[in-house]
Amino acid sequence: REVGVLWARGSGAAGEGSAEEPFACSKFVVAVGHNAAAFLSSFILDSVCWEVVGVVKLWNEWCRTSNTTNVLPTDSFCLFYRLISDPTVLLCQCSCYVAEDQQFQWLEKVFGCMQKEGLQVTILSTCPVADYKTQESTLTLPSPFLRALKTKEFKEQVCCPLLEQPNIVRDLPAAVLSYCQVWQIPAVLYQCYTDVIKLDTVTIEAFKPLLSSKTLKSLVKDVSESTKILKKLLTTNETHSNIYI
Amino acid sequence: MFVPCDRGGGSAGSDFKGFTLLMPAVSVGNVGQLAIDLVISTLDMTKVGYFYTDCLVPMVGNNPYATAEENSTELSINAEVYSLPSKKLVVLQIRSPFIKNKYRPFCQTLLSWVKSSKCARVVLLSSSHAYQRDDEQLLGTPLRYLLTPDLEKAVGGLMQELKWKEMEKVAAYPGINDTEKILHIPGGGITKLLFTESCSKGIQMAVLLKFCSEGDNIPDAFALVNYLNEWLQLIKSSVSASSTDASSQWKVPSSWRLLFGNGLPPALF
Repeated sequence: REVGVLWARGSGAAGEGSAEEPFACSKFVVAVGHNAAAFLSSFILDSVCWEVVGVVKLWNEWCRTSNTTNVLPTDSFCLFYRLISDPTVLLCQCSCYVAEDQQFQWLEKVFGCMQKEGLQVTILSTCPVADYKTQESTLTLPSPFLRALKTKEFKEQVCCPLLEQPNIVRDLPAAVLSYCQVWQIPAVLYQCYTDVIKLDTVTIEAFKPLLSSKTLKSLVKDVSESTKILKKLLTTNETHSNIYI
Repeated sequence: MFVPCDRGGGSAGSDFKGFTLLMPAVSVGNVGQLAIDLVISTLDMTKVGYFYTDCLVPMVGNNPYATAEENSTELSINAEVYSLPSKKLVVLQIRSPFIKNKYRPFCQTLLSWVKSSKCARVVLLSSSHAYQRDDEQLLGTPLRYLLTPDLEKAVGGLMQELKWKEMEKVAAYPGINDTEKILHIPGGGITKLLFTESCSKGIQMAVLLKFCSEGDNIPDAFALVNYLNEWLQLIKSSVSASSTDASSQWKVPSSWRLLFGNGLPPALF
């Protein structure tokens, strides 16, 4: 149940993060789940501007992280990328499920390596729309839709309405946001309520309003690239859904 | 560990010397937690800090005690501390279950915080499975109390006056040997552990619990909070003391909406 976080330092020298100096981080974007990770892959990440700097290795009853860094959004993995032009910008794609007894470990090991001053955190995650509590029935809701939660220190505009009571957020996104609230780090969580469990382009595109936010605006890559990648995702998925034809 | 909301100086909110710490046990029907929600909501208590721990499942949400648009956007996490200095009351609310194997570490962290913050006493609100009652317990009040020896000296007499019933001990080996009695609180979560640890550490602790079952536990929460009120007198209880009157003096928090699901889809009909 041990969570292992391995960081590559400087010229590719790998080692346990805890022994090193905490590195400066101004922006930390975490995408939890396949759709959120695919959103980052489609609209932000590429192999030119970003380099892999860290990986999380864990195992639980739900998944085991894959060993390669050349991953598909449908795999289970947790990778950290750094913007080459600005090494204080860190991105994390976590499409493996982090179990409840591992979430704290993940937090301490990841945040333990970062300097918290001047840090701002953005979390993206998805959740089934059936979990959304509202006066109306969930059938009539225009899913997918976004809701946000922010810590006290987060002063920027949010790109969607705030999550109404009595709704709550669980798992890793909740753990990260709780950490930021307690240690007074400005952070915002964007939760996408969707009725599709698997990787889905409509759900991924629901995150698009975030591309105009202050944090992500400067990181967005070429739009034509994004459409190509989204199309590719669609085709990789379809081959698996032929079973009933 | 306790992390105050305000890091700056003048954090009068985190000086709990001589205060009563009121907290729930995560137990059957979540009655203790519901009762604490009522206390925080009615007394309009201020959040003074977080209990940052790896023992509870993480969760976040917006302010569960929101009364208006303005105060609804404050983030809440799974374990928070509220205080009301005028009544020398500090409340810990726990909102999620314990992670496996973390009962004991949590109890230890909690009790060491109680000692270091110099709280005068701890009151734990809890519940126990109603189906485990014996024939005698089925009759009469479903509410029980327990006091650690140190608190027994201070308030034991008051409990007698209030005609409260102490939690009965049960046989350690039922059917085989009825003489050895132990404390048994099925469904009580950390209640028994916290109580026995407090006894051995000389902490003044009272446990107030109600026998109940899972279901709509709102009436159980009201019963428990009224029981607490008989002792601590947190709010003025009405003279007639009929159950409907007493319930209406506690303010139900806004987060108690939709406890039993969303609205129905019109297509169903």
